[in-house]
Amino acid sequence: MQKKKYWQTKIKYLLVLLSIWFTVSILCSIVFVHQLNAVKLGGFPLGFWFAMQGSMIIFVILIFVYVRLINQLDKKYKAEN
Amino acid sequence: MDVQTLTLIFVTASFALYAVIAYLSKARSTQDFYVASGSVSPFANGMATAADWMSAATFISLPGIVSFMGYDGAVYLLGGSGGFVLLALLIAPYLRKFGKYTIPAFIGDRYYSNTARSVAVICAIFISFTYLAGQMRGVGVVFSRFLEMSIDTGVYVGAGIVFIYAVWGGMKGITYTQVAQYCVLIFAFLVPTIFLSILLTNNPIPFLGLGDTVADGSVHFMDRLNGLEKELGFREFTAQRSATLNLVAMALTLMIGTAGMPHVIIRFFTVPKVSDARKSVGYALLFITILFLCIPAVGAFARTYFLEAINNQPYANVPQWFNTWEGIGLITFNDLNGDGIIQYLAGENNELIIDRDILFLASPEIAKLPAWVIALVAAGGLAAALSTAAGLLLVISTAISHDLLKKQFTPDMSDKQELLAARICSALAVGVGIYFGIHPPGFVMETIALAFGIAASALFPAIFLGVFYKKMNKEGAIAGMLTGLIFSLSYIIYFRFMGGDPNDYLLGISAQGVGLPGMILSFVVTMVVSRFYEPAPADIQELVEEMRYPEDV
Repeated sequence: MQKKKYWQTKIKYLLVLLSIWFTVSILCSIVFVHQLNAVKLGGFPLGFWFAMQGSMIIFVILIFVYVRLINQLDKKYKAEN
Repeated sequence: MDVQTLTLIFVTASFALYAVIAYLSKARSTQDFYVASGSVSPFANGMATAADWMSAATFISLPGIVSFMGYDGAVYLLGGSGGFVLLALLIAPYLRKFGKYTIPAFIGDRYYSNTARSVAVICAIFISFTYLAGQMRGVGVVFSRFLEMSIDTGVYVGAGIVFIYAVWGGMKGITYTQVAQYCVLIFAFLVPTIFLSILLTNNPIPFLGLGDTVADGSVHFMDRLNGLEKELGFREFTAQRSATLNLVAMALTLMIGTAGMPHVIIRFFTVPKVSDARKSVGYALLFITILFLCIPAVGAFARTYFLEAINNQPYANVPQWFNTWEGIGLITFNDLNGDGIIQYLAGENNELIIDRDILFLASPEIAKLPAWVIALVAAGGLAAALSTAAGLLLVISTAISHDLLKKQFTPDMSDKQELLAARICSALAVGVGIYFGIHPPGFVMETIALAFGIAASALFPAIFLGVFYKKMNKEGAIAGMLTGLIFSLSYIIYFRFMGGDPNDYLLGISAQGVGLPGMILSFVVTMVVSRFYEPAPADIQELVEEMRYPEDV
């Protein structure tokens, strides 16, 4: 694998994961909290739940997905070089 | 046994444990002292980072903040956790690959400039001391409340124990004591929270309990709490109170500030490989999230208690703990209408003032839990404060011994001499910590806002561009760091200490959200100034290039 391609793939992963990060933490939890609160998740208004719990759970998942993606990418890179 | 004896036993036992660990992990070289020789497993480092990150403010103050601010308090949770995504994706693995001991060392070498190094030293020391003051204060409060010592004695005892393992063991000692401290603090936090959750909702898992129905199953817990708040004229617990843009700025300042916090970043220099650094951030956030998820629960549960069991009760009938906290001035009851009954309301007829910081510390007593739970919470609060204090001390001492002495003033030092210098600096920093603990600046919360503002606006852009923009030169970086530093500093000083009118806030952004505009400004200045000078030299660009690819290729 070309160095350039490796780096571009990594940047692509970053952009996708960071847009999810931004969507849950800033958009769902703060900017659109009012609209989401109209929906109920169990006893929680949905927007409130994103702010207090949902975002954090998604953050943890995001990091472990990233770890997996990069480990695979590294493996491929090393194998081809 | 009474609470005080039990507390004494728990606190002494946990301190003895930390001292033993410190004894077993003496630092033998600067490598040991600065980065534990890069030998910490990602899992252990995750725990250590979680303890490092969760401070006295997290353990003692956050449940109270969420309890009293309701939904708005979530920005602190979002900020404290979301920054780890940035750390994992943008910072930690790259800096681990670069292979330096400290943040100023990264900035100094990446920007081939001792001026850049010194500006980073100033930022790192400033951030760490403001933070340290808060920790020492937390130690003092716990000692005075639970062991009825004076706050001063508490500060001395706490500083003494940090002194032992930070000065003796350096990063190596700190790491393994932090692992132990994480175990103590998470246990101490979960036990009362779980009890409260069962009591109020019959659900043993606090963060699920918060969304469950109340114990008799009649209504959702959140609806009941919202109803209570409304009845007494408060805003609903789930309702937004501040302006949206201000909340966004606060959340982003905290997140980006977290990703630029020196005492957090250096934790990822202690793992063996770059891939371990990534994984380790994941573990760290997982361990933090376990506690953070319970914060809104314990906050809401305790809030309900105050609204239901204290409001409208005759003052003569209040429980014992109410009087104890009243005795040290953290609860104030002022019987305005002279009817002997506590009226806890929004507005001017309110007769009860509760200090936010007591909420979690009082929660075991609120839930009428056995004395050992109260003792456990005291030990947990100390663990949270001491673990963070140790990480901060390390940043301060290494910034001086490595980045100022070794790299600039006395480059001929042997490794042994540098190690001694690091120990002396660490000891001196403990001394300053004691001073702040005993003579606390009355504005600890404000200065912590400042620490995040500076980390977000001065350090984060320089580190980020150092990794992702290889042509970035020293002129741009220095100009950007200084701009971020000066902007945040003046914004906060003007609005917090010189009586600036909140109506003049930039776009309504409060001092706690200053990191967002500060960071944007810093990025712009960095980019513009860098255009006027030569790009970074070829060998530096090559170094940056190296950071981006896996090791051993």
